[in-house]
Amino acid sequence: MARLLRFAFYLLVARPIALLVLGLNVRHRQRLPDQGPAIVAANHNSHLDTLVLVSLFPLALLPRLRPVAAADYFTRNPLLAWFSLNVIGILPIRREAKGGADPLKPCEEALERGEILILFPEGSRGEPEVMGRFKRGIAVLAARRPAVPVTPVFLHGLGKALPKGDPVLVPFFCDVFVGEALHGADDQTAFLAELESRMAALAGELPVPAQSEGLS
Amino acid sequence: MFAALTANAALFLGGIFALLLLASGVVFLLRRAHPERDYAELAARVNSWWVMAGVFAAAMALSRSLSLVFLACVSFLALKEYLSLIPTRRADRRVLFWAYLAIPVQFWWVHTGWYGMFIIFIPVYLFLLLPLRMVLIGETAGFLRAAGSLHWGLMLTVFNLSHMAYLLALPEERNPAGGGAGLVLFLMFLTQFNDVAQYVWGKTLGRHKIIPRVSPKKTWEGFLGGVATTTAAAWLLAPLLTPLAGWEAPAAGLLIGLAGYVGDVNISALKRDLGIKDSGSLIPGHGGILDRVDSLTFTAPLFFHFLYYLHY
Repeated sequence: MARLLRFAFYLLVARPIALLVLGLNVRHRQRLPDQGPAIVAANHNSHLDTLVLVSLFPLALLPRLRPVAAADYFTRNPLLAWFSLNVIGILPIRREAKGGADPLKPCEEALERGEILILFPEGSRGEPEVMGRFKRGIAVLAARRPAVPVTPVFLHGLGKALPKGDPVLVPFFCDVFVGEALHGADDQTAFLAELESRMAALAGELPVPAQSEGLS
Repeated sequence: MFAALTANAALFLGGIFALLLLASGVVFLLRRAHPERDYAELAARVNSWWVMAGVFAAAMALSRSLSLVFLACVSFLALKEYLSLIPTRRADRRVLFWAYLAIPVQFWWVHTGWYGMFIIFIPVYLFLLLPLRMVLIGETAGFLRAAGSLHWGLMLTVFNLSHMAYLLALPEERNPAGGGAGLVLFLMFLTQFNDVAQYVWGKTLGRHKIIPRVSPKKTWEGFLGGVATTTAAAWLLAPLLTPLAGWEAPAAGLLIGLAGYVGDVNISALKRDLGIKDSGSLIPGHGGILDRVDSLTFTAPLFFHFLYYLHY
């Protein structure tokens, strides 16, 4: 039942929003992983990010796609928790691990099951259309699973369409640029730097400088 | 099946597909003759023409309401592309939302055939309402640019393009040959045909640049050849699809040829100002939707009023 609901949600709500209301300009789509285990790492500006990323994949892969999300935010009330877990299909993790619990354990288990994790290394949506520094978690996870490809995806425009703190969706064409996958290494700082630099290179493919949309 | 088309209009639609078949045939032969050359761009262009003509023809043939929905969607895509390209203020999100809502309302006036409202809704009411909404938000830095650029885009992508839709609301009995759909086909076909004719004339004979600062590839030969070809085509097609008679038919062609050119370079100037090549990537081989409807934003209102003044 939940599986059917999830399927219907992505087919009838998420895809129409991503493809008709917004409209995506996707570059290098062939670089996306076509099977798990894999990690997709994107910058995060909007609740739409997850819906857009999932709609890039064929529906047949839907059962394997797991957006990684903060447990404290998405399970803060029973209704939201039910929706996030069953319909969006999030993999909840605890950002503030207490008592020595390993916050990345659920991610590792999911990768073992051959799932594709959708991860936002900035940790939260932050300021609309401003890329924050990446948190260390993704480097730790990738180092523990060096065989799993990490595909960077740069998203642009979604923070304009539905930014943090505003419930009104305003249609804009959005850019989705997929980068070359990289693999985790023991040197986590170097991995993070490489991931950030690939993301910056993707941002550089934008025709108009991304910062032109602030107040000016 | 073709409930919304007169016999002439249906025949003409068939002719359009025959032309596309010819274009696909030419691409096929070119590829056979020169296997070493890259025709991917040209092939993508022709394939996109098939998709656009197919969707357009289906909407036109099935019903008038469906045609209006199709044209409203074209306006929505064009406005969305415009607002995605230009710098907008974050404070104006609600204002942009209102601007989008103008599309269904404007096409509703078309549907009900309320000409008076159709013709003033955007130039008067939205011209007053949108700045009011901006003022209520209270952000004054960049106010003139935001209000001006929003209205300019709304006029171009919604008001101007909706004139094509209003051709469907004109009384059918004044145009027994082509009906409302015949008028839309006439305008749409000649505008796109003019683009292609200017391109082909320019590519084969073009030597003297016409406005190098805005559009370096455009030449006098392309411009004049295109306008002449479009005028001749209008002369031939007008009796089939429109009530235009005598001198009116070539005059309509001349108007579409000239206005189409200006509409084209108008969007070129916008893109040059923004520092981009294509307005988007929605239509493979063509660029964005604005790259495709640029000429129509000028030909639609001008052809409409030419026809309206003379016959309605």
